[in-house]
Amino acid sequence: MTHATGPDLVIFGQEVDDPPFPAFAAGEPSGRHRMDQARIRNFSIIAHIDHGKSTLADRLLERTGAISERDMRAQLLDEMDLERERGITIKANAVRIDYRSADGAVYELNLIDTPGHVDFSYEVSRSLEACEGALLLVDASQGIEAQTLANAYMAIESGLEVIPVINKIDLPAADPERVALEITSVIGGDPDEVLRVSAKSGAGIDELLEAIVHRLPAPSGDPGGTLRALVFDSYYDTYRGVVALIRVVDGSVSTGTRIRLMATGADLVVDEVGVRRPAIEPTGNLSAGSAGYLMTGVKEIDLIRVGDTVTTTDHPSDTALAGYAEPKPMVFSGLFPTDGDDFERLREALDKLRLNDSSLVYQAETSRALGFGFRAGFLGLLHMEIVRERLEREYDLDLVATAPSVQYVANTADGGRKVIQSPQDLPDAGSLLSVEEPYVKVMIITPSEYIGTVMELVQGKRGEMGEMTYLSPERVELHYRMPLAEIVFDFFDQLKSRTRGYASLDYEPDDYRASDLVRVDILLNSQPVDAFSTIVHKDKAYVYGRAMVTKLRELIPRQLFDVPIQAAIGSRIISRETVKARRKDVTAKCYGGDITRKRKLLERQKEGKKRMKMVGSVEVPQDAFVAALRISEE
Amino acid sequence: MTVAPDDPGLADEAHDWKSAYIHVPFCRRRCPYCDFAIVDESATSVDHRRYIDAVLAEIEMEDGIGPLDAINFGGGTPSRLATAMIGDVVDSLAQRFGRAKDAEISIEVNPEDWSNEYGAELVAHGVTRVSIGAQSFDGEILGVLGRLHGPPEIERCVESARDVGVRSVGIDLIFGHADESDHSWTRSIDRAFALEPDHVSTYALTVERGTALAASIEAGAQAPDPDTQADRYQAFLDTAAPRGLARYEVSNHAKSGHACRYNLATWAHAEYLGFGLAAHDHRWGTRARNHRRLDRYLEAVEAGTRPRIATETLSASEQERDRLMLGLRLAAGTPITSVAATFLASDGGARMAEHGLVWERDGRIGVTNLFLADAVAREALAVA
Ligand SMILES: Nc1nc2c(ncn2[C@@H]2O[C@H](COP(=O)(O)OP(=O)(O)OP(=O)(O)O)[C@@H](O)[C@H]2O)c(=O)[nH]1
Ligand code: SF4
Ligand SMILES: [Mg+2]
Repeated sequence: MTHATGPDLVIFGQEVDDPPFPAFAAGEPSGRHRMDQARIRNFSIIAHIDHGKSTLADRLLERTGAISERDMRAQLLDEMDLERERGITIKANAVRIDYRSADGAVYELNLIDTPGHVDFSYEVSRSLEACEGALLLVDASQGIEAQTLANAYMAIESGLEVIPVINKIDLPAADPERVALEITSVIGGDPDEVLRVSAKSGAGIDELLEAIVHRLPAPSGDPGGTLRALVFDSYYDTYRGVVALIRVVDGSVSTGTRIRLMATGADLVVDEVGVRRPAIEPTGNLSAGSAGYLMTGVKEIDLIRVGDTVTTTDHPSDTALAGYAEPKPMVFSGLFPTDGDDFERLREALDKLRLNDSSLVYQAETSRALGFGFRAGFLGLLHMEIVRERLEREYDLDLVATAPSVQYVANTADGGRKVIQSPQDLPDAGSLLSVEEPYVKVMIITPSEYIGTVMELVQGKRGEMGEMTYLSPERVELHYRMPLAEIVFDFFDQLKSRTRGYASLDYEPDDYRASDLVRVDILLNSQPVDAFSTIVHKDKAYVYGRAMVTKLRELIPRQLFDVPIQAAIGSRIISRETVKARRKDVTAKCYGGDITRKRKLLERQKEGKKRMKMVGSVEVPQDAFVAALRISEE
Repeated sequence: MTVAPDDPGLADEAHDWKSAYIHVPFCRRRCPYCDFAIVDESATSVDHRRYIDAVLAEIEMEDGIGPLDAINFGGGTPSRLATAMIGDVVDSLAQRFGRAKDAEISIEVNPEDWSNEYGAELVAHGVTRVSIGAQSFDGEILGVLGRLHGPPEIERCVESARDVGVRSVGIDLIFGHADESDHSWTRSIDRAFALEPDHVSTYALTVERGTALAASIEAGAQAPDPDTQADRYQAFLDTAAPRGLARYEVSNHAKSGHACRYNLATWAHAEYLGFGLAAHDHRWGTRARNHRRLDRYLEAVEAGTRPRIATETLSASEQERDRLMLGLRLAAGTPITSVAATFLASDGGARMAEHGLVWERDGRIGVTNLFLADAVAREALAVA
């Protein structure tokens, strides 16, 4: 057996006398894993949400023997608790498998399972940069949906070879013929060459593996050249520090290599390199074309950023690889600890969470009503929900989240331009020239029978119609420009419910435009509560104020005195309700002198009230602060 | 003695009274709203004599307190007992602990158990006060409440009690059942006052877990509405005041000289002995509770041991907390101790004072609207 030490040595897969794959002998030196680039395939699995990416990854892991039957579980690559609970992928996950093809050779497949939800499209774009190919999965009963198209275009624009794959052919409602036509009408090609699989039953998986080997290109970097590797993802390990997931483009990197991160300029020494199967497995070396992980023991995430290029300190490359644009937060929300004493713990938790989620941004914020907290930016509402849930669960915090808002720009009379992430920062009408709000380009795919319904919905949300394309006689692709603020909140739910779940939506940032926007303030007991302020279009201010006040009257429990709730624009009150004072709060009789029981009961009731936030002298339940999220449905 | 029932001096005096409570758990059957520790005699039969012997044995196990200012028979339905048994207990208590001059001996009775003879015998055994479980003067509501008497029995009972020489005659009322109308309630009040009672207790119907009432509400019946109850209560207060009945505690009203001593003592955080099933006992620094199951209670006593199921030891400041919590139920309020001062100085206390929910004068603190007493007590317990 030959132990490879150089870039052009023996290819493991050609040694016919090898033990049956993939039984590696323990302690085998790592050089065995090196492959000729011709035998490497790097690809992402991309699709609309729920079309079966993670399940397909399961079958690929299983069929290639990467995982034993005993260790198999559904959506194995969805490792986070929240992913498993919600049944969705949140974070892309890269894994190495080895596949012995029908041609007798063993191929190294580096696959990345990506999330399908629109909030996480940034994960998809990052993953694609580390690949030469993509499997575009389409549900045989649903057909093409919005993220199918968005992700397909993203892959094509990145120059990737795309293999279209129809999944879930086992479903009774599967219509692979129609779906194949839809796909080829968008990305070209012959409908007969569209693969058909069932990630559930395993049908078609062998053909898919052969297609991966034969239809996707091998990487084409320079194995002998100067090291250049792309950091396409990273995570934080409490014991090992930052673990960078890298794709080596040129040259190679080994344990002990002195590396330089080109953007940050950090010089570090490699502690360990290896591959994820998905458990990590040190290999001692990774060379051109391959993907794997790299650790340096460094704990500062800012030294090893996603999108940076790894080269060597001794022979640094001149040209960095194309990196990534920073993800743009779309919605902002205030996060406040229910217990003011937890502010520092919240800061630490955010810092730690960011180690595994570089798209999370935040800065300290003070609210008169809620005290010290943070203004955080998120990729969307799902992202926001997940961050909040992780903070509460993984860091044992009790949080109040304020209603999400988009980022506005205020043009002031003195010629200034001010970025507004929090409605309370909007200057007074007197000093305000105009307010600009972010617009997005929206793509909606819907069965053609719902075109009218969708148009009506979009118009109500200040949308401007763009082009309309028939994907097939029954399915239409509609384009709009719309204010982001109108779609972030409940637009998606409304779209789904009005089209019986058939329409899907994708959006991307467009420009900023001046709009007729006002800030609606909410006053409790005549005191404005900054955390309730919202910026809305002038035409909707009254309806919004009314709805908000009504909702708060339902949510705020009766107190010992009347609590007036008002909505106001500036000093003008536009709506008013009152939470009437509680009139009876006493139990009649302490039976037989059971004072202990009485005391304990009162103490327990008081404990229950701690879940309320004191705003001035009013007890406000925590969920009232996100009430604005839900009011437009009613 | 003609002291007003809500007199602060009386409340402070009550703090030093010593009383004894005797629980009589027998009822003809269980009322649908009741979660008390009782023996439903429609289902089980119990030897009253055996029970009273156990109570007498328990009395023999206690010492170091007295003389007694108040003795109270509560239930259950104490009027299920033969008067001789009541007499035995009264005598035994007087013998062991002594009886203060003017001592009150009080008993809860149900109208259907009453007769002139029964009443005369009670008086002969020293009873000075009866609390008549009238509950309502509306036959329909009495039915809904599962009571076995009608309005005429109440009237007979009150008149007879006065005739046989009971010093203080009180009527207990329950209001606020969902089936009760404003009209039904005002008629009940009028008929109650027409009998010129010395004392009236009014209880807002509460839904206790595990009762038949709770089950029916869970199954869709209407629950009592707290706002309606507040209205009913106000209607009662408006009628009581001109008749010379002053409210001295959340649910209790009396003419001058007729405050229930045992009641006052409880709210003034005095010491009391508790005998019988599920009875509670309070001696400075210690609260204790008897078994709630009759077999266990009898077993323990008959084996010569105290039938305690739990005791709680309180530090000086915890006792002060209890005194504050209880005193907030009294119209006379309670002295501003260090614990009460801490409460008044807290954010919550200051807010309540600012909104006029608590008053502070002559070194005392109290709740302005006693119908919100728990809200204030909750806040006080949280900070003090
Ligand atoms: N009947 C059938 N169901 C499938 C098939 N593949 C996946 N599913 C089911 O489809 C659902 C979604 O599967 P996932 O693998 O989680 O989908 P995904 O594309 O990874 O979803 P996201 O990561 O959230 O975008 C699960 O309930 C799967 O069991 C298939 O071939 N046939
Ligand atoms: S009579 Fe009194 S103690 Fe007996 S069940 Fe009825 S309410 Fe309860
Ligand atoms: Mg997935």
